[in-house]
Amino acid sequence: MTTEQTAGTMHVVAVVGTGLAGLSSARALRELGFTGRIVLIGDEKHDPYDRPPLSKAFLAGEWDPAKIALGLPTDAGLDLDWRLGERAVGLRPEGAGWVVELEHGEGVPADGVVIATGARARKLPGQVLAGVHTLRTLDDALALKAELVPGARLVIVGGGFIGAEIASTAVTLGIDTTVVEMAPALLAGPLGDAAGAAMARIHEAHGVKVLTGVGVSGLTGESGRVAGVSLADGQSLLADVVVVGIGSVPNTEWLAGTGLTGPEGDLAGGVLTEEDGRTALPGVVATGDCTATHHPFAGRVTRQEHWTHAAQHPAQAVAVLIGAPAPVVAPAMRVPYVWSEQYGKHFQFAGHHQPGDEAELVDGDLDDLTDPAFTVVYRREGEPVGVFGVGRPKVFGRWRRELAKRLS
Amino acid sequence: MIRVCAVGEIPEGEAVRVESGPDGVPVAVFNVGGSYYAIDDTCSHQDASLAEGYVEEEDCAVECPLHATCFDLRTGQPGGPPARVPVRTHTVVIENGDVHVALSQATAQVA
Repeated sequence: MTTEQTAGTMHVVAVVGTGLAGLSSARALRELGFTGRIVLIGDEKHDPYDRPPLSKAFLAGEWDPAKIALGLPTDAGLDLDWRLGERAVGLRPEGAGWVVELEHGEGVPADGVVIATGARARKLPGQVLAGVHTLRTLDDALALKAELVPGARLVIVGGGFIGAEIASTAVTLGIDTTVVEMAPALLAGPLGDAAGAAMARIHEAHGVKVLTGVGVSGLTGESGRVAGVSLADGQSLLADVVVVGIGSVPNTEWLAGTGLTGPEGDLAGGVLTEEDGRTALPGVVATGDCTATHHPFAGRVTRQEHWTHAAQHPAQAVAVLIGAPAPVVAPAMRVPYVWSEQYGKHFQFAGHHQPGDEAELVDGDLDDLTDPAFTVVYRREGEPVGVFGVGRPKVFGRWRRELAKRLS
Repeated sequence: MIRVCAVGEIPEGEAVRVESGPDGVPVAVFNVGGSYYAIDDTCSHQDASLAEGYVEEEDCAVECPLHATCFDLRTGQPGGPPARVPVRTHTVVIENGDVHVALSQATAQVA
């Protein structure tokens, strides 16, 4: 796709997805001077909301839905055509443009399309019992919150960020909380074994039971409601509530047959894009959690499911779509960034970690459980590729800038 | 005008938080290469203390310790998401070897 082909002919842009990436795309279109019609299509009926608090302050009951709204008073001036509660099920070319097909049969014609359909929570096969939850949406959070009553026994399947955050929130609410993680340590995937083990000790110090190195073989139920979790080593855990936190699946099925592909051919790994969001189709860009692109720190094509990516990248993608110059992003802000909050502490990660990277404690103490504060740097072939910090934002900020040198 | 501290009590690249302005809004005072800047301490996005953030001396900015938005210390403008609203800037006055802040009359943005 070239600027010359699109600049003069772009009258209607359909943004498919009304999460952070979709809303950020619409805002960026206006900020970059697009004056045509913007149609925002999303399968959720809610106005755009912020997902990170769903496992933290919102789940704890400290924040209400109004507090997690992403909308701003200034959005009213954006003149957006909202189609909430309508799921896109297909995309087909028509004339020089596209038609987004909706679930109930209607088609939305558009000259340009922004794919921002995000991802959904991965479920266990046959996950049908009452009391078994995943946490991705506002409705998920409301359903889980209603069952987190004091004294309840909660088992969390999966010790990644979402599982760890839910554990922190739940145990603080007085819930009997157990996390089961197949890897040798909590958060071992994103953080490596040493930092993951330190995280597990922090959770245990707050009363969470952490079982690592063991898989889940199945769930048991009584009268259609979950009663327990069976582990691969033969143990069984009693459970009134189960949360499954085993990753996400990109919402790309609706793009089957369009010619778009994923990193390994099919779309199950996300929509393959250039770093600026360009896809294989003219007049179609993609952004946010549903995309897979070259990751400068991973050194390969992968999905980048980060809040900051979904907030920042849409401006790059829509600039390509309408042929506007892309906003400049400082190198330090281009280092992939994740934050988490557990037990009132801030956890920050930037860059990338993969098995085999060397982890070095550069600051603080991994064994201080009452007031954890430390920084771990990950190196690959001697070069820093990632940094994880707890309660040390200044040290973290310095290292994030060190990592940014890799980008320039 | 409120007294913050003596000149020299804020190391370069660091900040102090002043707890009590008359309107109850905490203020952060930064030393960037010997120049002092004052902004509202609370990030305009969520409740985080900007005085605890990393100071980017080259850009005269502070990075929010929570979600990493950088705020320009001269203008209060955020450089990127998640914050979209500037924080207030205040006037720093050096008098008799002390750092003072004259608070802005603008209404504070509450996170």
